Amino acid sequence: MSNTMIWLIIGLAIVTYIPRMIPLVFFNSDKIPSVVQNVLKNVPFAILGALIFPGILSIHEDFLFGVIGAVAAIFAAYLGANLIVVVMFAVAVLSTYAYFI
Amino acid sequence: MEASVANDSEFGEGLKAGISIAVGYMPVALTFGLLARTTGLTLYEAVLMSVLVFAGAAQYITLSLIAIGTGAFEIIFTIFIVNIRHLLMSASINEKVEEDTPWKKAVYAFGITDETFTVSATKAGRLTTGYMFGLCLISYSSWVLFTGGGYLAGATLPNVIQQGMSVALYAMFIGLLIPSAKKSRKVLFLAALAALFNSFLTFAHFSTGWAIVLATLLSSIIVEWVMGEGENE
Repeated sequence: MSNTMIWLIIGLAIVTYIPRMIPLVFFNSDKIPSVVQNVLKNVPFAILGALIFPGILSIHEDFLFGVIGAVAAIFAAYLGANLIVVVMFAVAVLSTYAYFI
Repeated sequence: MEASVANDSEFGEGLKAGISIAVGYMPVALTFGLLARTTGLTLYEAVLMSVLVFAGAAQYITLSLIAIGTGAFEIIFTIFIVNIRHLLMSASINEKVEEDTPWKKAVYAFGITDETFTVSATKAGRLTTGYMFGLCLISYSSWVLFTGGGYLAGATLPNVIQQGMSVALYAMFIGLLIPSAKKSRKVLFLAALAALFNSFLTFAHFSTGWAIVLATLLSSIIVEWVMGEGENE
C-alpha cells in the first residue's frame, strides 16, 4: 500500500471525525441560548428535507426512478408502516419497475 | 445490576433501530467497494477507509477526486467542507442525548452520519449512550463488511435489485420524515423549505456540503422565527 494513500486516509479520518466530535464533547447544552437550542431542534427535520430533495431525482439517469421510489415510500410511510417495511417496499416497487422497462 | 439491564436493552433498542440503516448501507457500501477497486485502491486501503472514515458521501467524493488525479491536500480540504454538516448534526444531537462522560460521547460521535443522526434525532424522548452505541455499531458493521464484500465480489447485486436499492436510503429518510410531518405542520414546513433552498443552491452550483448546511440552517432559522417553538417536539 502506498504511503500517500495511508496519509490521505488518515487526513480524511481526522477532518471527518472532528466536526462530529467537537459539539458533542465540548458544547454545554445549559450554556447555549434557548433561541439557538430551538433552532438546533429544528435541524433534524430540515436536514431530512435537504437530504431527500433534490438528491432523490438523481439516483438514476431516468428521473422517474426517484419519483416512483418517493411515491412508494411516502405511501407506505403514510399508512404507518414500520421504517424497514417502508425501505423494503420502495426497493421492491422500484426493482419491479426496473425489471419491466 | 438494574442499571446494567437497562443499558443492555437500550443497546438492543439501538441495534434494532439501526437495522434499516444497515440494510440501506448494503448497496452503497458494496458499490463503494467495487468502485474503490476500479479506482485502483487495494482491498486493504478500501476497507481501511471505511473503517477510519465511515462517511458515504465523503468516501465517494474521495474516489472520484483520486480518479481525476487530485492532490491529497485538496481532497482533504474538499472533504472537510462536505463534512461541515456533521457539525450541525452533532450540535443538534447534543441537545437530545443524556449527559455522560466525554470519552463515551467522543466514541459514539464517530458514528454520527446522515442516517444515524436522522434516525436518532427523530426518535421520541431522550437518547441514552447505550442506544447510540447500538445504533452506530450495527450501521458501522454493515458499512465496513459490505465495503470488503463489494471489493471482493467484484460485482454487486443483480442489476434490477441494485437499481431498486438505489432508493433505499432516501426511502428511509422519507420513512423518518412522514410520521412527524403528519402530526406537525412545522415539521412539514421545515423539510419543504430546506428542500426548496437546497434545490436553489444545488442549481446555483454550490457544493453539496455547503448547499445542505445552508439550506438546513436557513430553513431552521426562518421557520423558528415565523412559527415559534414547541410544535416539533
